[in-house]
Amino acid sequence: MSEHVLPIPDDVTTPWWEATKEGKLLLQTCLECQHVQHYPRAVCTQCAGSQLHWVESAGHGVIDSFTVVYRAPSPAFTAPYVIARVRLSEGPTMLTRIVGADESELACDLPVSLSWESLSDGHQLPVFQLTHE
Amino acid sequence: MSATTAIVGAAESDLGVTNASILTLQSQAITRALADAGLSLSDVDGLATSGVSRFSATQVADYLGIQPSWCDSTFAGGSAYEMYIARASQAIASGQASTIVISFASNQRSARSRSLGGVVETHTPEAQFESPYGPLFPLSYYAMAAQRYMHEYGATRADLAQVAVLAREWALLNPKAFRYDAGPLTVDEVLAAPMMSSPLTTADCCLVTDGGGAVVVTSLERARDLAKPPVQILGYGESTTNTSMSQVPLLPTGAVASGKAAFSRAGLSPSDVDVVALYDSFTITVLLSLEALGFCGPGEAASLVASDRVRPGGDFPLNTSGGGLSYCHPGQYGVLLLVEAVRQLRGEAGARQVSNAEVALAHGTGGILSTHATVLLGVDR
Repeated sequence: MSEHVLPIPDDVTTPWWEATKEGKLLLQTCLECQHVQHYPRAVCTQCAGSQLHWVESAGHGVIDSFTVVYRAPSPAFTAPYVIARVRLSEGPTMLTRIVGADESELACDLPVSLSWESLSDGHQLPVFQLTHE
Repeated sequence: MSATTAIVGAAESDLGVTNASILTLQSQAITRALADAGLSLSDVDGLATSGVSRFSATQVADYLGIQPSWCDSTFAGGSAYEMYIARASQAIASGQASTIVISFASNQRSARSRSLGGVVETHTPEAQFESPYGPLFPLSYYAMAAQRYMHEYGATRADLAQVAVLAREWALLNPKAFRYDAGPLTVDEVLAAPMMSSPLTTADCCLVTDGGGAVVVTSLERARDLAKPPVQILGYGESTTNTSMSQVPLLPTGAVASGKAAFSRAGLSPSDVDVVALYDSFTITVLLSLEALGFCGPGEAASLVASDRVRPGGDFPLNTSGGGLSYCHPGQYGVLLLVEAVRQLRGEAGARQVSNAEVALAHGTGGILSTHATVLLGVDR
């Protein structure tokens, strides 16, 4: 990946982005109903609770689906690259990239593991690679 | 439900490459639709539109010199116009307005205003958690839905391509279609087109054209005194599911809920529908919507689209204008689904006219399978 569209963290998401600097993928857990969610919000989408605390993801999931982008949306990106929805073992699904794999190796439901890509502002972006057993 | 409102006017603006402004095209669509109904601007007391500016309905009202007692600029991409049919019917039933224009126009091809990445609003969660990965918007989401669909049902890229092939077949019968003179399209041509976001090629994507349209809604009682035979609004339903690319399952879509609501309100079932206009932003959109609306079972849409039933002369005519894939796609195609449905029910569709069409379904899909709105229309009986 070349230069990125840089995120602008807000009151809720600043701790999440700070944790990426240490290679930690955080998820929110609701203290009232134990629901786990991502992206971070000011409210639990299951019980409307506002007592949300951070837990670290184990970094394992499966590919829900994927697409190889062949024409980059802006000069900030260099095609081709793999966009994917990864369903984490903790429950939430996140948009991400699969790195280090050819398109021919990819398929829905394959297991993947967390990896990191550096952003120019010091944050890191969570990406995934195929889990080779 | 017995219908209380009707569409009494329908028209397109100039289409294709117009070199006209958005408001010029809006004016064309609105005045042509009013003329179609035998009405004039001074009759209009309600206006629903979007895609003009931050204050879309206000902007168009100002431009036309009208001061409506009801307006709506719900921003829901291509499905907004089917949603406006619901809101307009309710506004008329409640007495807040009597004559409502629903309109849209865009000059996106002339103005080269379309961007592959979409519009990123930096304060949204997507800007932080999705845009940094570089998905094409909306294309990459539909591409992931297609990939999942192929995985679950064993469908192929050729199955997707059949949707584009069908759209072209109908477009060859529509002189207004952008691809009217382009000749037939083949599955191999779709498969050989440049890959954009796998498994979707440029030929799996809708056109980028200028264009617009408008419809006029009033009470059924009043409609019976106007210029053209009324087209009854029999039912409607909608579902809003997501703005991000990660938060809801890819399949099935919100069209399940919008379709159920529309059929229930109309007291009809899928087998009652004579002509169908589905939003075809991408080839996959049509397969997903056919299944979600109950026209076939999960995984069965590909064989339906490849059959003669959906083609000219078939008993299940699908996207008879040529669709967003081969007729016109000005960014929000939803209003043109309504225009085509009205023309088919009135018997005004020329070489592509479906015989004995009494019930039509128009289904809009907005954003990244974000909003789904279904409208059932019928001839006045």
